[in-house]
Parts: sequence; structure tokens; C-alpha cells
Amino acid sequence: MGSGSSVNVNYKYSLQKSENAFKAAVLIQQWYRRYVARLEMRRRCTWRIFQSIEYACEQDQIKLHNFFSYLMEQFTPSSSKERDFISRMFITGESYKEAELEKYCDYESIEVPDSYTGPHLSFPLLPDHATALLEAFKQKQQLHARYVLNLLHETRKHLKQLPNISHVSTCYSEEVTVCGDLHGQLDDLFLIFYKNGLPSPSKSYVFNGDFVDRGKQSLEILLILFTFLLIYPKEVHLNRGNHEDHMVNLRYGFTKEVMQKYKVHGKKILRMFHNVFCWLPLATLIDQKVLILHGGISDTTDLDMLEKIQRDKFISVLRMKKRKESNRKVEMWNVNGESKSEADAAGNEAAPRLSLQPQPAQAPSTANRLEFSKWLRQTVQEQIDTCRRLVDISESEPEELTYSSMVSLKYGDEPCWTHQEEWQQILNILWSDPMPQEGCRANKVRGGGCYFGPDVTEKFLEKYNLQFLIRSHECKQEGYEFCHRRKVLTIFSASNYYEIGSNRGAYVKLGPDLVPHFVQYQANKAAHTLTMTQRISRVEESAFRALREKLFAHTSALISAFKAYDEDNTGRITLSNWATALESVLRLGLPWRMLRPQLVRSTEDGMLEYKSWLDDLAMEQRSQEHIQSSLLEVIYRNRSNLETIFRIIDRDHSGLISFEEFQQTWKLFSSHMNIELTDDGINDLVRSIDFNKDGNIDFNEFLEAFRLVRQCQA
Amino acid sequence: MRRRTAKRFCNGKVAEIEKKIREAFEVFDRESNKTVDARDIGCIVRSLGCFPSEVELHELLAKLVEKEEEEEATRFIHLEKFLPVMTKVLLDRSYWPIREDVLLHAFEALDENKCGYITKEDLVKYLTEEGEPFTQEEMEEMLSVALDPETDTLHYRDYLSKLVVDEAKIFPFHV
Repeated sequence: MGSGSSVNVNYKYSLQKSENAFKAAVLIQQWYRRYVARLEMRRRCTWRIFQSIEYACEQDQIKLHNFFSYLMEQFTPSSSKERDFISRMFITGESYKEAELEKYCDYESIEVPDSYTGPHLSFPLLPDHATALLEAFKQKQQLHARYVLNLLHETRKHLKQLPNISHVSTCYSEEVTVCGDLHGQLDDLFLIFYKNGLPSPSKSYVFNGDFVDRGKQSLEILLILFTFLLIYPKEVHLNRGNHEDHMVNLRYGFTKEVMQKYKVHGKKILRMFHNVFCWLPLATLIDQKVLILHGGISDTTDLDMLEKIQRDKFISVLRMKKRKESNRKVEMWNVNGESKSEADAAGNEAAPRLSLQPQPAQAPSTANRLEFSKWLRQTVQEQIDTCRRLVDISESEPEELTYSSMVSLKYGDEPCWTHQEEWQQILNILWSDPMPQEGCRANKVRGGGCYFGPDVTEKFLEKYNLQFLIRSHECKQEGYEFCHRRKVLTIFSASNYYEIGSNRGAYVKLGPDLVPHFVQYQANKAAHTLTMTQRISRVEESAFRALREKLFAHTSALISAFKAYDEDNTGRITLSNWATALESVLRLGLPWRMLRPQLVRSTEDGMLEYKSWLDDLAMEQRSQEHIQSSLLEVIYRNRSNLETIFRIIDRDHSGLISFEEFQQTWKLFSSHMNIELTDDGINDLVRSIDFNKDGNIDFNEFLEAFRLVRQCQA
Repeated sequence: MRRRTAKRFCNGKVAEIEKKIREAFEVFDRESNKTVDARDIGCIVRSLGCFPSEVELHELLAKLVEKEEEEEATRFIHLEKFLPVMTKVLLDRSYWPIREDVLLHAFEALDENKCGYITKEDLVKYLTEEGEPFTQEEMEEMLSVALDPETDTLHYRDYLSKLVVDEAKIFPFHV
């Protein structure tokens, strides 16, 4: 053979080799792309899990409020003790008159000891104070209670003179930076200041609410923001968010944080904060063109009304407070013909029954429905007031707890809108979310505000001659997101909100051209060093842990649902039925079939042994040996509500409540919510919480017990 | 299996497949209006257990997209169209998974000297120039996980076993 044929052979060989290389490359690429796609799907599913659980929690909040409404309407206190107890729950006493507030939350008598090494504030504040404060917080120091209270007093004074809607102009400071939710994540605020610069006469900022709750440094964030607010009043603007609300704080952590950091003066500080929150402006308008508010709008949002409302009336938007009707007389009401001063055996006056039955003799003709409902409403309100009078409750600012929507009534001698309408306006701008579909409907997921469509946005912008809306309120993976044909911008500044690596935070800058420029970031260094795979795995683990806990909390309901598919009692069901059953019980709207591989470890022929699957779930959650599974389930399912109830009962924020108080409330709550728990079960529950066996429940200890367990598993 | 039972069995199977397709689709349906961006179709198809090549994916997309759409960026796929096409894909077992041993052979084919690893340069060369080339982003992401940082080489057996464990958590979709 000449060299020709060996060249041929070589050529053929190398051709085959390159063909092989090509094929090999295709295979690897094909396989790898599939792997990445799978990761992406996992990432999105994880996100959905977190969001649905978060919103389910907000629904819990609403259930709790409905419970209190129910109490107000239906409950008949059977003893003076019960009466006291219920009344204590409803009157939180946070609504102080001006003079009382100054007296109660006075700071001048508080001495700052020489041993204090933190920053000292003096008023009026100077830029140096701000930098000192920032530095101190970076060193994990704490500001002395005296300065905190002083700062809050000054902040309140300042906020009071601000209008409901702040006006900003870009011609004074070239750019305005708008930040979204921070939720106590101080690292994100530091990062924003680092990247963008501190507030100054040439650097304007708008902070769009939700500064507190969930994160552990809500206090520091507020102190910093208030400080800058006082130093640069023209350049720093704060909007109220739905978390700047004491009812929400009870559940989501701010109350707890303050009480832990300020053991002696915590109560005062909290009171002041709640009185400052209600003075926060509701919205900010840039160049008359861009409206910034926390949640969104509704089809009835009226900027003129919003500008004129007395915003400080709404300490908590979750409870509607009624203005004092100065010309209304509250009379002792004769119920069912009983004499009002009938005494019971113990010599106490009989409590009037809270009843919605109208007195036939006095009710107007039911033919006139408006008249009738007006009368009915007055009746209920007056009965409530009467009840309060009996238990000697201060009537300085009577409160009404009926949460669910009521017919809007117009009283003859009132201004042209009612208290109810005002409240609705504020509720909507703090709690609403945009939706892709047209129209406007009640936001059942959150339980407050509404979902508003692109048509609502369009009309609103046109009506007030605006260019677009900036809002926050919803976590976005990239820190920001446009919707409604770029007319609504969501900006969210708390990075890694659900878990390290879950999302970026962002802020937006607007110049005179009002074209938005975005800056994104992630505050955790660790997030950067993780690969995409690791990041996703980590967040995913966290999400599934939360989901498994939720599943466990519904064990009984799940068993019933599974059994319905297992008529022959084989102990097994198909995976398809498993998925359907899960959704019917949990109602989280999750893609269960996609999530199945992470939730179910072993199957046989596509069938699942559901009892052992549920047992596995229970094993993970078991904390205290002596708490039985069913009890644990009840605790888990209602943990959020339990915690909130605790905090409401614990008015002096001491962390302790009595055995009896808790038992009573729990009994009421569980019967209202149709939670099956026998008397024994309740006693077991309470005893298991009372670690010290001294008749008091230290609920922080109780809650920590569950959290500790989870940490160990991590 | 008797005909009627077989049909019922098939219908049950089809119903289940359709449910799975719907779920996967909904995850990407951002506006909740039963459409997804055409660029996400690849992700959906792959997370349903398929391993299409880029060419196969384009062919699939061609079946789904209206001819009148010009710009790729604005193409949306409606669930109504996707469902039957994808159901058929799954029933026919098109684009079936690449098994671990096949993948191993592929790596071995690129490992000229049969030393058990591939250098970074070779890997980049093959995967960005041959086959259906990776974008720079894809290449970088793969390298960040796969490469042994000290030697800048890919020990493919280790890499495979690591990933297989990870994937085993997400075992392949059963039709």
C-alpha cells in the first residue's frame, strides 16, 4: 500500500473520530440542557411554595379577626371574670390622647448611665448623628431607650405637619431613589446606602413602606430612617406600608423584637412607634406624574379623599375604629323586656346579652331596608357600648371590631363620606395587588384590599393625569417587575427574603425624564459563592421543610381524604389521587405532581402507602415526646394564630399569661374555628406549654421549643 | 386486556398525563391566562422528563406557533395547542432520557487519552464548537460545577455520580 491508502485510513479514522466527537458533544449538551431546565422548574416551584404559604398565613390573620368579630357579636360573658377578660382583649388602650401620650412615653426622666457606650443623640439632629448611628448599628450596638423615645417624639411632631400625600420634585435634587419593602433586613439598607450613597440635599429617597416585621432588625431600620427624615426633611420621604400597623406587628415579629431589645422601656417604645406609624404619609407624588404607594389601588381610589382624610385615626387598618359621635347618647338597653338592673346571685349586674334581635316594638318597618339596616347597626353599636360601660371601659375612643364588609351608611349630619369609606380607601392603597385580568375584585388571598386589573390602572392614571404607579408589597425574584403594560412597577428591596438565594433586592432611580433605572443586589455574600445548583437546592430544602410541616399540620384531614379514594381499605392510593387529595385539603394551588419526587420517597407500581407516608412526616416534626401526634398537629396548624392570641392577651408584653386566660381563649377560638379538641385535649395542650408548672405560660419558651427542633434538623 | 378495559386504562393514563402537563405549564404561566412565552417551552418539555435536542425542540415549536408570528420575542403558546402535542410526545416516548452509561460513553469519547478526565480547554472547545454549541453562559455555569478547581479538569465519572445522586431525588417522570 502506498501512502495514499494510509492517508485514506487516517482520514477515515479522523472523520469517524470527529463524527463521534460531534455525537458525544450533542449528547452531553442535550443532557445538560435537560438538567438546567429541571433546575429552573425546581426554582419556580420553590418560589410558588413560599408565596402560597406566605399568603396562607395572611389568611390566618383574617380568620383571627373574624373570630374577634364573632366574639363581639355572639359571645355572652357568663361571669364578671369572663367579662373582664374579654374586655381586656378588646381594649388594647393604644389609642392615647395627646397629653396622655406625652406623659406616658416621657423620656426626660430616663437617665443615660455613664457606662453607656452607644451613640448620643441631641436635637435638632445633624448629619454626624446619622453617621454615628449607622456606625453603631454596624457594630451591633443599641441606641439607648431615652434617645429612642426622644427620636420618636420628634419624628411624630414632624410627621404630623406633613400632608397625606408628599410631593417631590426632581428639579431640586436631580434624581429620586425609590426603595421598596425592607422588612427588618438591615444589611439590605446598608447595601443600598453603600451603592447609592446616603440621603443628602442632592440625594432624595422615597421608602415605600414595610420597614418592619419578619427580619430581625426592624428597629434599627426605623431609627435610621427617622433620623434621616429629621435631618433632611425635604429629601427623605416615607410611605406607610401594611406592616406599619400594630395588629400586624403582633403576628409578624416587630412587637417581639422591641420587647426583647428593650426589656425595661419596651412598652413605651412600642406605644410610641404605633403612634408614629399612623402619622406616616400615605403616598408620594413625583413631579405630579408618578404616584408611589405601598400596595396598589382599587376602582374607587380617590386621591382627593385621600388627601383630606385624617390619617392618624387609623392606628390599625385591620380594625376599623369609629370616631366618637359626640351627639349620640348611649342608653342602657332593655333586652327582651328584662330590667337592666337585674342582679345575679353573686350580686353582680347581669350583663346585657349581645344580641342582634331587634326589639319588635321599636324596629322600623322592615319594608324600608335602608332604614332598617341603619337602625340595626346603631343597635349593635349601642349594645356594644353599653356592655363596655358596664365593665368600666374608657370610652375616650370607642372601637368597633366588625371587620367584614358592611353596608355603607350615610348619616345625615356627617361630612360627605363616612368613616367606613375612609377606612376602605386606606385599606385599599396599603393592601391591594395588581392582577393580569381586567376588573377589580376583593383580595381574598390576603384578606384585605383588592386585586386590580390593567383597566383600573389605565382609568386611574388618566383621571389624575399620571404616567405610572410605583408600588411594593410583593416579593419579586429580580427585585422589581413591571405589569399592566409597564404602567405599574413593583419594587422590592429585601433580598433573600424567603431564604438565602431566593431573590434579589432592587431600588429604582428616577431623573427629570422619569425613566426608571434599576439597581439590583443580594445582601448575602454566601449567595454569591454558591453555584446555581447549590443556591436552588438550598432554597428548595427550606421551602420543602415548610411545606412538609404544613402537610403534617393537616394529617387528620389528609387521612380522611385519602381514605375516600381507598374504598377497599388497601392502605394504598394512586399518585394521581394523592395529588388531588392534597390540593383539596391544603388549597395552596401548588403543582403537586411536579413536587411529588421531593415529598414522596418510595412508591410501588405508582401506588403510595399513605399511612406510612404520613407517619414519616410526623417523625420529622416530633419535638416533645409527651405531646401526642394529634395535639402537635393542632399546634402546628394554628401556631401563627396561637402566637398572635398570646400576644394580644399578654397586654403588658411580659411573655407570661395565665393558664386560665389561655384556656378560655383557646376554647372560644377552637369552637369558632371548628377545631376538634376535647376538654382533655385542651388541658393537655395547656399543660404541655406550662413548662414551669406554676400556672403561668411562658409562651416564648413554648414557641422556641418548636423552632429549636427545626434548627437541629437543618 | 379486553378492549373496553384497555380503553379505560388508556383514558386514565391520558388523563393523568394531561394533568401533569397542565401543572408544568401553569408554573410558567405568569399571567394566569393559559399562555406561556415560547422561550419557556424548552424548559417545560424537559422538566416533563424529555431530552430533546435543540433541533427537535425547534421542530416541536414549529408545530405550536402560528405562522404569522414574526418576532421570536413575542411568541406565546397557548395551553390548548400545547396539550395535545405534548400528550402525544409523552405517549410516543419521543425524546426519551439519556441513560447514565450512554452519557459516560460520550465523555469517554471526548477523553482522547483515556485518562479519566477532560481538560477545561478541551471541554470548552468541544462543547462550544461541536454539536449544538453551548452559549458562553451555559459553558460557564457547567464549568463552575463540573471542574475541579485545582487542576482545571473535569473528572467525568465523579461528576456523573454526583449528578446522578442529585437527579435520583428527582427520579424520571413515569408515564
